[in-house]
Amino acid sequence: MKEIVVISGKGGTGKTSIVASFATLAGKAILADCDVDAADLHLVLNPVIERREDFSGGKKASIIEENCIGCDRCIEECRFDAISYPDSGKADTPRVNHIFCEGCGVCFRVCPADAISFKQAVNGEWFVSSTKYGPMVHARLGMAEGNSGKLVSQIRQEARSIAEKENLDYIIVDGSPGVGCPVISSITGADLVLVITEPTLSGRHDLLRVAELTSFFRIPTIVCVNKWDLNADITGQIEQEAREHNVRPAGRVRYDTSVTSAQIAGTSIIAFADGDVSRDIRDLWNSVVTTLDGGAA
Amino acid sequence: MKIAIASGKGGTGKTTIATNLALTLADAGTNVQLLDCDVEEPNCHIFLKPKIESATPVTVPIPKVIEEKCTGCGICAEVCEFSAIAVVKKKVLIFPELCHGCGACSLFCPENAFVEVPREVGAIEKGSADGIIFTQGLLNIGELMSPAVISEVKKSAGDPDVLIIDSPPGTSCPVIEAVKDAEFILLVTEPTPFGLNDLKLAVGMAKALNLPFAVAVNRSDVGDDAVAEYCRSENIEIFLEIPNDRRIAEAYSRGEMVVRELPEYLETFKTCWDRIRAFSEKETSSKPNSDGTAKEA
Repeated sequence: MKEIVVISGKGGTGKTSIVASFATLAGKAILADCDVDAADLHLVLNPVIERREDFSGGKKASIIEENCIGCDRCIEECRFDAISYPDSGKADTPRVNHIFCEGCGVCFRVCPADAISFKQAVNGEWFVSSTKYGPMVHARLGMAEGNSGKLVSQIRQEARSIAEKENLDYIIVDGSPGVGCPVISSITGADLVLVITEPTLSGRHDLLRVAELTSFFRIPTIVCVNKWDLNADITGQIEQEAREHNVRPAGRVRYDTSVTSAQIAGTSIIAFADGDVSRDIRDLWNSVVTTLDGGAA
Repeated sequence: MKIAIASGKGGTGKTTIATNLALTLADAGTNVQLLDCDVEEPNCHIFLKPKIESATPVTVPIPKVIEEKCTGCGICAEVCEFSAIAVVKKKVLIFPELCHGCGACSLFCPENAFVEVPREVGAIEKGSADGIIFTQGLLNIGELMSPAVISEVKKSAGDPDVLIIDSPPGTSCPVIEAVKDAEFILLVTEPTPFGLNDLKLAVGMAKALNLPFAVAVNRSDVGDDAVAEYCRSENIEIFLEIPNDRRIAEAYSRGEMVVRELPEYLETFKTCWDRIRAFSEKETSSKPNSDGTAKEA
């Protein structure tokens, strides 16, 4: 069983459309949508939810108003400015702003009056679903909630255990943009990272930062320039620079408006139309498989 | 006036809008400052080509044990909610990447055996371009705590007539850090199923933070009408529409500014700004709580 993580650095380069296509091509595979901030894979794979679990990113504090003596020790020690008196002035006890609360528990521990409760908060849900192309693990993070890195780890762990149980060949992970916490959670320990970028200076800049990140964690990495024909010169430059950073160009996918049409139709481009762009993605998947099975990027 | 440009989905055109809006305002003689808060993948500099005048490291406080005072009692590990401290055989081990800097360990250590020392996690760079005062943050590769860098970028804000914040994509902690004290958020999307799904998440975030917002639709003629219909049914105003003009994509790919290469778009950005200003003048007379307590209301 091999795990491939598709990320991009820069957002909006076509990760999810390509992952959905891989799903239709992969055979015995499980999908994991780890872009928990803006999960979109379900819109094209139409999963049927079979199991749902609450996600807790950690604890949150709340003031127990009847116990509060108004000493303000919690306000003094909170480093996240999460505790204050409401503007209205109606309440005579402070309130915890749950959006800013980091869940460190300092307030709970300094309170001399037992006036703070500190409990596991539910801030999202994750699902095990079935799709036409195999099982899928995905999630929904609550509005304005944090700790997406922990949710990403849980999704990957679940995907791995299902893949082991059902003896699947591939775990295909849709990652998130950037190089921070959720991205690091989605790539550590993976067999291969595929970076989807675009032929723009921003795409090039962001690819180099991602390449630095995967090299930092020593994960073999390949790259694909999506919509490459929008700027063939920059595509060439990106592939050249990628090689210099030990990132092998593994394919190119051309620009085609039918990719958007497929998304509107709620399906992957492979299932939608068998044109040139679908062939590009097939070639890319074959290249991914060869890399994974050959054991080297 | 402080406005944030944000989006659930990545790659929708936040940076294009933030930089072109800033340049449009600067050209009209407005004192404008732009903060690039997408510290994982900052791209504004590619388009503005600012002259960087200073660079400062961003540090977060992490604990350090004064060995002579430590008795190995283990209280620090007990009070650390982030598993950033372990005590093994009476020896304190600190995992700096996991530390949130809450101060619990030093606060509750009975022997006063902790000092806090700075740890570098990124940098901020200040400069100017074409009459725009500019600051960007850069998270070091391999670091998790982008909110710490974003917070420093925001502290560099002077007192300009207009402050524009280019936010990271998504809806979780880094985005909240970037937008939380804005007076207005422009939510950028594109008219596709992914764009709509992620717009709904971003709207949920703006509402949870109790911040006024409107929508910008980029590549407004590529997909379907679902975004426009959603905005109509939710009474959300659309302040900006940018068509899918291949010349814009080409200018973008080369790192050029739209309003410089294609001056006919100056008017588009001016109109957008007039709408934001008019909206905010209307808002100030009926401003709701700004302490984020809206969730409980």
